[in-house]
Formats: sequence, structure tokens, C-alpha cells
Amino acid sequence: MELLIDGLKKAFEMIFSGDPEVFEITWLTLKVCLISILFSTLLGLPLGILLGLTRFRGRKLLLLFINMGMGLPPVVAGLWITMFLWRSGPLGGWSLLYSPTAIVMAQVLVSLPIIISLTCSAFQQINDKMLLQIKALGATKWQTLVILVKQSKIAILAAVMAGFGRVIAEVGAAMMVGGNIQGDTRILTTSIVMEVSKGNFDIALALSFILLTVALLITAILTFLQQRKRFS
Amino acid sequence: MLKNRYIIVLFAFMLLVLSACGKSETNDAAAKEKKVEPKAAPTEMILATTTSTQDSGLLDVLIPMFEKQNNVKVKTIAVGTGQALEMGTKGEADALLVHAPAAEKAVVDAGDAINYKRVMYNDFILVGPKENPAGVSGDDIAAAFKKLAVAKATFVSRGDDSGTNKKELGIWALDNIKPEGNWYVSTGQGMGQTLQVAAEKKGYVLTDRATWLAQEKNLDTLKIVVEGGKDLMNIYHVMQVNPEKHDKINSKDAEKFVEIMVDPKTQDVIENFGKKDYGQSLFYKYTE
Repeated sequence: MELLIDGLKKAFEMIFSGDPEVFEITWLTLKVCLISILFSTLLGLPLGILLGLTRFRGRKLLLLFINMGMGLPPVVAGLWITMFLWRSGPLGGWSLLYSPTAIVMAQVLVSLPIIISLTCSAFQQINDKMLLQIKALGATKWQTLVILVKQSKIAILAAVMAGFGRVIAEVGAAMMVGGNIQGDTRILTTSIVMEVSKGNFDIALALSFILLTVALLITAILTFLQQRKRFS
Repeated sequence: MLKNRYIIVLFAFMLLVLSACGKSETNDAAAKEKKVEPKAAPTEMILATTTSTQDSGLLDVLIPMFEKQNNVKVKTIAVGTGQALEMGTKGEADALLVHAPAAEKAVVDAGDAINYKRVMYNDFILVGPKENPAGVSGDDIAAAFKKLAVAKATFVSRGDDSGTNKKELGIWALDNIKPEGNWYVSTGQGMGQTLQVAAEKKGYVLTDRATWLAQEKNLDTLKIVVEGGKDLMNIYHVMQVNPEKHDKINSKDAEKFVEIMVDPKTQDVIENFGKKDYGQSLFYKYTE
């Protein structure tokens, strides 16, 4: 119990003393996670909508693989990306191993299936009659899309939040492809693991409080956007 | 109206992301000392080393020194010695700083590592529960291990092919004992975590002195039971990965790194490290 209080005290100390390393780690975490979720959303939303609204041969099989991807263990994603980014690997020439870009790659790999799959479910559920009605009212394809996205706002934001949750929790892959390098690829989650292995439980707890706060803030913004009443 | 607010929030999001990029750049610029002359972009070097050199904090002192002097960015990857040597064999690192002389010899003999130099040493110690049920003491580690095996006392091992793990297995080999059974606990994790497990289970564990000193305050069920003795010496070597065997090796900076590690000034820094916090050196100079 006192360990928890120590951790909380340490968290306030670290934030208000303006400890530069804590800020660096937190900024890096925010940067990497927000960029990852942005990429995942920009790629995943259109793909999910496409998958949800169209029908073609092999669609169910594709959906199967994407759903499997939702359960892809991040550490497995990390291992595969490491092998690709090794100097001896196919992408070795880009020297991306142990850089924030590698962490973004791993995070996009695990969050993309979540966004595609949940968006696809949301759009597949749209009542056929509604599609017909929109068509009957003379909407163009683009207008239809905009209306459907507005209708599915709640499900879409839920998908983004699920993806973000996955991404902010990333530790195994981030450790493997990032290397936990100070000032470069050390993010909150990998720092927590490192401080635990050093025996600094108070610092680890403090960092965990900071991480939870960051996650809470972003999720709060997304939830607020999701739950806002529509104007009409 | 509604659309506008949506767009504003989205904009704010993107600004956050972009400013985060900008912020870290200005932080970097502020963190470097005021450099008036524009300098060339730093080269990058991958150093594969062990968790003991990183967790002790020694590298946090040595690496910035090296980076500043040579305009190089060092990516320090702290893993078990086994993995570090494997990275060297595959050419995935430029320089290695490890502590498993027998395994290192194999890598040097195979021609995967060159410029092999001895750097520093400290010692391993056997720590165990304060009650010391197996009654081990003194400085003969092989005898102590034998006693533990006979008594089937809880023994916690790294089990991760690290330098410490290799040392531990080497001592069991001296006794011709193959440790297995319920009493032998293999964690597969780093020294810090392994010590925690030993403290919880009140078991015996072989550790390097530096990690013990750093974590002693969290391990109040344990104490040192065996120390000293030549079998407990923990020797660190530095080496370059052979650039002829793989491409993309940064041998220029790796060579400089090896030189600097054995340089008398650095050796002094190494030996002075930790004296303030622990009243003793964590690593001792040991060049050839």
C-alpha cells in the first residue's frame, strides 16, 4: 500500500520538478502512439469501409485473416519486423532497426487489423433498406459515403479507441524493435520494464501513473467526440 | 457548425502530433552544448552489450563521453551476452562489450570478432537467504554449489544464456553436477528480476556485485554468503565485429570505441564509477 503512495508521490515529483528525461519519454510515447494510430486509421478506415460495403469472392477469407490479425501477439509482430529490419534482412538497407520508425511499424501492424475489422462490422451492419433509401434520394457515391460515416461515427470511434488502447500498451515489440535506447526509443512502457528490472519500483509505479494519465486523456477526447449528440 | 467543431478538434490533434515532432527537435538542440559551428551529421554505431553494464549505470557515463568526442550516435542494445555474441556473429552490431570469456573465444576464433581487448573486471558473489539453511560460506564457490545441490536448497538461475548464466553453468560443470529438479528455478530473465525471484522464494542466486549493490535495498531477505576466490572473477572484454564478414558494419567508430575503452583516462572513469554511491568501485581496470 505504501508502495502505491510512494509511487504516486514520485509521479508528482517527477512531473513538477520538470525532470527532462520524463518529459522526453512521455513526448516520445505520445508522438509514436499518435502517429501509429493516425496511420492505422487513415489506412484502416477506408479498407474497413470497402470490406464492409462490397462483396467479392474471397472476401470472407480476407476477413478471416484480418480478424486473426486482431489477436496477433505484439511480440510476434516485433519478432517478424526485427527479422525484416536486420542488416541482413530485406529492409536492412534502410537502417530502421532501433529507431522510433520501427516502433511505429510494429504498432501499425497490430492496430490496423483491429480498425479494419471493427469498421467492417459497423458498415456491414448497415441496413440495406437505408442504402436503398439514400440511393433513392439521389445521393452520389461520395455523398452516400459521408452520410454512412456520420451514421457509424460511434462504431468508428470505438474502433479507433480499441486500436489506440492496443498501441499505448505496446511493450514487447517496442523493446525488440526499438531497443529501449535512451533519448531515442525509450518510451513509457519500456521504461517501466527497465525500472522494474533495476529494482526501482517507485519510479516504475510513477511512470505507470503517467502512462495511465496519458491514455486517459486521449481516450477521454475520443469518448467525448464519440458521445456528442448529433446536431439534428 | 457541427462540422466546424469536428474539423477543429481534428486539427488540434494533428497540431499536437506535429508540435510533438517539433518539440523533441528543439529539446535535442537545447540538450546539446551550444555549438556555434555547424557539424556534420553523426554516424551511427550499434553496441551490443550486457544488461549488467547498462543496469549498473556505467554506460550512461561512458557512452555520452564517447559520443561527444567522436560525433557518433551509439545505439546501445543491452541483452544477454549470448544474444550479444549472436548479434556479432550475424553482423547486426558493430562492437561488443560482454563478459563470457569462453564463449567470446569461440567467436574470436571463428573470425567473427576482431580487435579483442580486455577492459575491466568485477566479481560474482553468491547471495542467499539470511537464515542460510544450507550453511554455505567462505570463498570456495564450487564447494558451495556442491553443498547446495546435495541439500537441494532452492537455487535461482538466470537461465538466459547471459554471461552470469554461463558463469553459473561453468561452476556446476566444475562439480560435474547437472542442476535439475524442483529446487533449481530458472527464470529466463535479467539479473534484477532474478534477484527479486530469489528474494521471494528465499533461494540462493549467483549475481554480479554491481547489480547486488544497486538492488540490495530491495532485497532484504538476502545476504552475501560466498565471495572472493578466483572462480568468481567476472571479466569484461570489448571487441569489434569483423567488417570483412558482413557489409554495413561501421568499423571506423567501432575501432575508436575499442581504443577508448582501454585508454587510461577511460579506465580511471571506470574505476571511479560508483565510489561515491556505494563506497567501492563497481568495476576495476583490467587492460592487458
